Amino acid sequence: MTEDKFKHEEDLFCSGHRACPGCGAALTSKLVTEATGPQTILSMPTGCMEVTTTPYPESAWGISWIHNIFENSAAVAGGIETAYRSFDKRNKEGYMNHEDVNFVVLAGDGATFDIGIRSLSGMMERGHDVLYICYDNEAYMNTGIQRSSSTPIGAATTTSPAGKESFGEDVHKKDMPSIAAAHGLEYVATASVAYPEDFKKKVEKALEIEGPKYIQIFAPCPRGWRHESKNSIEIARLVVETGLYPIFEMENGKITNVKKLKDRKPVEEYLKVQGRFKHLFEKEGGEEVLEELQKIADSNAEKIGIDKE
Amino acid sequence: MAKMMTGYNAVAEAVKACNPDVIPAYPITPQTDIVERISEMVADGELTSEYVRVDSEFNAASTALGASAAGARIFTATSSQGLKLMSEPLFSASGMRLPLVLAIANRSLSAPLSIWGDHTDTFAERDGGMIQFYAEDVQEAMDNVAMAYRVAEDKDISLPALSCLDGFILTHVQEKVDPFTQKEMKEFLPEREPIHTLDPSDPISMGAYARPEHWTETRYEVHRAVNKAKDKIGKAVKEFADVFGREYGLEHSGLLETYRAEDADVILVALGSVCGTMRYVVDEYRDKGEKVGMVRPRVYRPFPVKEINKVLEDAEAIAVLEKDVSLGYQGGLAIDIKSALYSNGSRIPILNFIVGLAGRDVTKDNLRNIVEQTKELRGKKPEDVDFGDEERWEPLRTELLPGDEE
Repeated sequence: MTEDKFKHEEDLFCSGHRACPGCGAALTSKLVTEATGPQTILSMPTGCMEVTTTPYPESAWGISWIHNIFENSAAVAGGIETAYRSFDKRNKEGYMNHEDVNFVVLAGDGATFDIGIRSLSGMMERGHDVLYICYDNEAYMNTGIQRSSSTPIGAATTTSPAGKESFGEDVHKKDMPSIAAAHGLEYVATASVAYPEDFKKKVEKALEIEGPKYIQIFAPCPRGWRHESKNSIEIARLVVETGLYPIFEMENGKITNVKKLKDRKPVEEYLKVQGRFKHLFEKEGGEEVLEELQKIADSNAEKIGIDKE
Repeated sequence: MAKMMTGYNAVAEAVKACNPDVIPAYPITPQTDIVERISEMVADGELTSEYVRVDSEFNAASTALGASAAGARIFTATSSQGLKLMSEPLFSASGMRLPLVLAIANRSLSAPLSIWGDHTDTFAERDGGMIQFYAEDVQEAMDNVAMAYRVAEDKDISLPALSCLDGFILTHVQEKVDPFTQKEMKEFLPEREPIHTLDPSDPISMGAYARPEHWTETRYEVHRAVNKAKDKIGKAVKEFADVFGREYGLEHSGLLETYRAEDADVILVALGSVCGTMRYVVDEYRDKGEKVGMVRPRVYRPFPVKEINKVLEDAEAIAVLEKDVSLGYQGGLAIDIKSALYSNGSRIPILNFIVGLAGRDVTKDNLRNIVEQTKELRGKKPEDVDFGDEERWEPLRTELLPGDEE
């Protein structure tokens, strides 16, 4: 018998959950709890991480956790945060101080970019002291890989399949970090599960700031993206190294920190290892979409300043 | 000391006395004046609640739900479309056993758009595990808010409660009321003591999903809690009478009130403000020596089956009047009353009248018409009555109906 080298007694996101091997969202969950510690209340919408972690009567969560419905996790978190503000003001006994609690949302891209955007926008606009983290796997994975407004152009999903007349998703991914920043947020950041320390530092930094914060982390889905579980981290690295998913910090609307690249890789290196982009390499006309995707990476590099001189 | 007050002011005064921790607010006619008045109280420092100006009724309910899960006492208010938008979080609040208290200024549901009052909005929430109170006048609208908190926050209940008052007819009418103070209220309404909260020093998971082997029992628990609220309402009404001196159907567990119904042959049943006019018409008939009476359920969910049966079982004919219709089959209240009497073995003929939709006045003449039609059924069995359409619309302007012009 091999001895388990890793200790799990202190884990706040525990093994035994039902997420797939190589799941970027499950890794994100673990990293989030490592960064926030136990003094945290997490609000989570309906989605993969909700169903894989809390089939009654089990729970993978060692922190205070609440799920309500699909499109309101930001408002639920705002309500919790407001309650604690009220308890402070009224000196209610039996409750922790507001400043000692981290109020966090962890939500998928469907719940963030699409159905929950009203709730998120309202929470940010009102200035609730909530850190909103979106694990971005670029489609509705829990319902079986349907496109969301986070799905990148050219990706095949079950509602944007490649076909005789189609190259998969035909509109561009919504720029959610800019939407968050446009609410006047002091801190917005992007991250990738391939750089766990970077992500955790961003979470820790965000939690130092009073008010709403937004972090979006790239989280591969082997099942939805049609790649091997063992490639999740490689893919999460390649998306950054090709410039398709720049990781940066944006403070008060200005980019203050970017992961710079010495030799930016061509987007094909990232795309070719995923089944969702397979048709772009096999089908006549696919090269035009590939060019389009390369243009996105180039434009990101220019706008955000990814390339090292 | 009694004061002249609008319904919205009275509800706001009740909220102030109950002193919620968190009040998410969003405007909609005719509820808006309630949250406006509360915002003034907060602005003037009369009330120290956290007042959250949310982006929609959907997030008013969601914010309230989050705050309730943290252990806070909450209040919000809405009407019509706003209640529809709250419906999803409200249904889930009952499933998660989170107490929320809402004032509903009843208003019709679109389409066509109408800002005027009826009960189609709250009847559409009937199956969601929410306690529903209906007020007849401004005083009761105010008092029901306090009773709603007592019952909703009871550890055995822990559910959302809707304190309903007719839009405009009650929200915007001035009546003499006895207001209560926070000091008096403390005697009647203790601080909320939640069973579970989102407390990082004692972490729990709330809102786990249930598979078929657990879901039914979870739902049954909610159903049982809604039913258990009957006793709790009875107790709340009794203690309310002790503290404030105002009584609401004490002899019927506070679930319904009657007016000259004890020996009545013909009984009219209705919810809410229309019962004020009905009392007048009942008196008219009594003055003529005719035995007409009235039954007014104060609570629609849980449905007071036992109490309904008790007050209706000796009637010879019953009219159920309601400001809603379950499109395709009668009105919800009539369906429930027939079902209640069925369990009692009753064969009393019942007429169902759809009245007062979208603020159409229910006049004394309408009520006299209803009594006259119902009188004809005395002594008959349902099988001997020609009901025609299942329900009667009082009145229906048939000249406006397409295809019925000639």
